[in-house]
Amino acid sequence: MNEITIGLSREDLPNSYIGRSVPRPSVAKLVEGRATYTDDVALPRTLHAAFLRSPHAHARFTVRDTEAALRVPGVVRVFTGHDLAALCTPWVATLEHLKGMKSAPQRPLPLDRATWQGEAVVAVLADTRAAAEDGALALDVEWEALPAQTDMETALKPGAVVIHPELGDNLAFRRTATHGDVDAAFATAHRVVEARFVTGRHTGVTLEGRSILADFNRADGTLTVHHATQAPHMIQEVLAQHLGLPAGKVRVVCKDVGGSFGIKVHVYPDEMAVAAMSVALARPVKFVADRFESFSSDIHARDHRILARIAVAEDGTIIGFDVDDLTGIGPYSVYPRTSAVEGNQVVNLCGGPYRFEHYRCTTTVVLQNKAATCQYRAVGHPIATAVTEGLVDLAAEALGMDPLELRRRNLIADDAYPTTSPAGMRFEGLSHHASLDKLLSMVPLDRIRADQAEARARGVFRGLGFASFIELTNPSPFMYGIGGARISAQDGCTVRMDPDGSVVAASGVTEQGQGTEAILAQIVAHGVGVSVGKVRVVTGDTLATPYGGGTWACRGAGIGGEAALQGALALKAQILEVAGAMLQARPEALDVVMGEVVDRATGTPRMPLGELGRILYFRGDTLPKDLPRELVQTRHYITKEYPFAFTNGIQASWVEVDTDTGMVTLLEHWCVEDCGRIINPLLVDEQVKGGIVQGIGGALYEHCLYDEQGNLLTTTMADYLVPMAAEMPEMHVGHVETPTRESLLGAKGAGEAGTAGAPAAVMNAINDALRPLGARVTEQPFTPARILAALGRI
Amino acid sequence: MKWPATSYRRASSLGDVWQAFAEGGAGVQLLAGGQTLLATLAFRLSEPALLLDITRIPTLRGIALHGGALRIGALTTHAGLGRDPLVARHAPLLAQAVPLIAHPAIRNRGTIGGSLANADPAAELPACAVALEATLVLASAQGERRVPAGEFFTGLLSTALRPGELILAVEVPIGRGGSITEIARRSGDYAMCGLALVGARPVFFGVGDGPVLARGAGAALARGDVEAACAALDTDLDPPTDMHGPPAMKRHLARVLLRRAAAPRQEQAA
Ligand SMILES: Cc1cc2nc3c(=O)[nH]c(=O)nc-3n(C[C@H](O)[C@H](O)[C@H](O)COP(=O)(O)OP(=O)(O)OC[C@H]3O[C@@H](n4cnc5c(N)ncnc54)[C@H](O)[C@@H]3O)c2cc1C
Repeated sequence: MNEITIGLSREDLPNSYIGRSVPRPSVAKLVEGRATYTDDVALPRTLHAAFLRSPHAHARFTVRDTEAALRVPGVVRVFTGHDLAALCTPWVATLEHLKGMKSAPQRPLPLDRATWQGEAVVAVLADTRAAAEDGALALDVEWEALPAQTDMETALKPGAVVIHPELGDNLAFRRTATHGDVDAAFATAHRVVEARFVTGRHTGVTLEGRSILADFNRADGTLTVHHATQAPHMIQEVLAQHLGLPAGKVRVVCKDVGGSFGIKVHVYPDEMAVAAMSVALARPVKFVADRFESFSSDIHARDHRILARIAVAEDGTIIGFDVDDLTGIGPYSVYPRTSAVEGNQVVNLCGGPYRFEHYRCTTTVVLQNKAATCQYRAVGHPIATAVTEGLVDLAAEALGMDPLELRRRNLIADDAYPTTSPAGMRFEGLSHHASLDKLLSMVPLDRIRADQAEARARGVFRGLGFASFIELTNPSPFMYGIGGARISAQDGCTVRMDPDGSVVAASGVTEQGQGTEAILAQIVAHGVGVSVGKVRVVTGDTLATPYGGGTWACRGAGIGGEAALQGALALKAQILEVAGAMLQARPEALDVVMGEVVDRATGTPRMPLGELGRILYFRGDTLPKDLPRELVQTRHYITKEYPFAFTNGIQASWVEVDTDTGMVTLLEHWCVEDCGRIINPLLVDEQVKGGIVQGIGGALYEHCLYDEQGNLLTTTMADYLVPMAAEMPEMHVGHVETPTRESLLGAKGAGEAGTAGAPAAVMNAINDALRPLGARVTEQPFTPARILAALGRI
Repeated sequence: MKWPATSYRRASSLGDVWQAFAEGGAGVQLLAGGQTLLATLAFRLSEPALLLDITRIPTLRGIALHGGALRIGALTTHAGLGRDPLVARHAPLLAQAVPLIAHPAIRNRGTIGGSLANADPAAELPACAVALEATLVLASAQGERRVPAGEFFTGLLSTALRPGELILAVEVPIGRGGSITEIARRSGDYAMCGLALVGARPVFFGVGDGPVLARGAGAALARGDVEAACAALDTDLDPPTDMHGPPAMKRHLARVLLRRAAAPRQEQAA
């Protein structure tokens, strides 16, 4: 970075933090156990909630008796769906711009019918969680099991169980995007290759379970909610609306949040119940989901079946993609972001890295009696990338062409921007070819191909797979706002200097362990001109921070970071104006470097900020009367030119498949991504690596398995396999930087790139390994059983 | 979930145990390493009235040679088994099994007595005990009795232990050698399929309701016919479907393991 491009102080200044690997200031707190998670917040008179959850995927129920539960020592109250109906209005999770979308009204607790196994149906409040659980076990509830609609393939067929009869059918949403003339183009193409892809239903597995502590204070009519959420202002709006409180009386606080990945950006009925019960009793009520509850009631994602075709010319030119996506989202669309977005993203993103003429993609989003699905890290991207890159590899195979060569021929040229994809996505500036070149400078291709040939001769099957991808970041109101959801696309940051020269930045974006606060501190330190240790960052409190959207969809750095930068620069301008008056210098002739006002030209120190603060705050009488004294500045930022800032990248995976056991060993993994301006290389690499691991999770291990009756089989960490360190490959991360010109900072998102591309790269690597044996897998997760079946061994 | 309300007592001698059993009967649950038991409490799968901690009873500890066998106290932890010189020398199969069991933190607490008493069908040590023709030394207020490992495991999570009885030690014939291999999705996971092979005694785990001695395969191995041994697994094993795959997959993996385990022996013989 230099002064010319973004108007900041010189790169070599000691406080030039943007682009530098600065360790996260919060790490010591987290590893020393001094974080304050929601469960660590202890308020007097707190009641603990436990829920009786439906043992059936679909059932009618009657709460016959609560007396036995109330007799359990410590139990205070029992709430049924009917009790809460009077306290909390139902919601319907649709968005206006998702045309034709439908979903049924959902309540904190259902009145008489449960629609997935694990749905909370009755709440018990007690002095301790253990007593509340004893109470829940003592409830007398009569269940009448109903036929369950679990298979998404039959959800729209005659004979399907219509989960909400008032909707008429199980279709929640359908959308087709078309461009060109797919039928004609495919009919005349040199080759058409097709495949059926499946992505496995999985979930986010945050270390900290969902947690909420709601505290309604009848004395002043305020509801304070400590909450493990990514989007405190959104939750504030939702609570106010459905509990009938003015938004201004609702405060949402999230101190430390232990991981989110999208799991904690939704409205959960059991959490709404907790808030409603607190309002009813005017007492604090706490609920922390345990691991069983997490598996059965956190949102799931990625439950898709995709039939897809690619048409190519003889020379390898991609002519078009034709994609039919089907996804099952559970019994209700999730509030307020809806569960149609993932399928919609598949429609927006298939074929994304490539230039081609003809496109058709349909997503069909159906209801089913399983846990609800919704936005989880890299929403839709891993699916679209697996389909696109799986087809590209199949086309290369059909043409007898090197898959890298086919990519090189079709990736959008680096000088073709701005451009619009056949799906209608507008790209400001991407770097597919530069990223591919960079990747090939990291992957020892010749050595790997030689090793592969040598190993094959020994009967050892190794494979190398690639996956180019695009990623949607920095969302504008086009994501949710235009659909009617009160979710801010704009974010703000207030930056202030205190008398001792320390700086406090309050931001509307939030921290869940990824280091948002660290990059905000870097940006503010860089912008103001102080050491990063002088900056404290406040996030996650609707009462104390500017209104904003929170952290999701990769917006913390790109949106929150720009607001912080602008706020910091404004504060610095203000400091220099005050300093100019004190030092009788022109503000333009001064600068702030490492907490000191200096002569801009020579760097000669003129005055420490602590001295400036002392005079301003305590001896303001000595300053000119008309001098502006606001050492606090707030700036907001929203993207205006593009609905989204797309990023891009490419990954490579090198694996070995044991063709006797079906086990895949991940040997090495590479990712080059372009997130625009890199603020902290250490954190970006951590994000990319963590994202790759989560992508590998979906590709090889993670699977929410249901039986045909809709019973969840994977309810513990022993059955639901998360990726673990021992199995992870050596990972190499490289970067190309194409800053967005929409902001001074130029940052786009980096949090989802790893997850977007990893499953496709692993799939292509496995299939590269299996190719000499004539086997292929396209159904995730690629388990030993599936690989052995593909090999015809079982 | 939270544990059910349960009381806890620490026994310092076997006498304390017999007394607790006499007073509490079926409500008494022995607590060793806790690595299985405590999880079942959190699942509310068991609700014992009393957790009786046996980890401070000296007579359950120690590893020593004892009349041609290696006697391993029930409280020997997996980690302890892995680093004991006598085990390495006289019962190396057990030392080989240790890295396959769970993760270091669990191996530091989990005990051989707990593993054998728990009789998880996918556990390593029960299969090793059967393959090695070990003998379990059981004790109760009435005295001691000795049960061959092959008769100890009676079904899914069930054993020949009687009410009021505990495992004192396990005695392993020395000098048996053997090998253990398994296929698990991730390191530390219970195996999808595993094999403890001692001489011509192939004992599979993760494929049935306990350790499974494959008798037909063993007979074929004794003749040196590995292919016939693999074929015999079709009748020797009757694996259930589980989350990892269908019975056909388990049989296939069992054949792969048997072939791999038997191959080096054949090479040696050749
Ligand atoms: C994450 C995880 C992964 C694991 N993976 C594996 C694995 O891969 N392979 C494997 O084999 N095991 C595995 N285990 C289980 C582990 O090995 C346990 O330690 C072992 O099964 C039980 O031993 P314990 O001493 O902890 O017994 P406890 O949990 O204390 O007790 C288990 C049962 O045995 C009874 N018991 C204990 N000692 C005696 C005794 N002396 N006499 C009679 N009854 C007794 C108890 O009453 C209880 O019913 C895993 C455990 C965990 C938590």
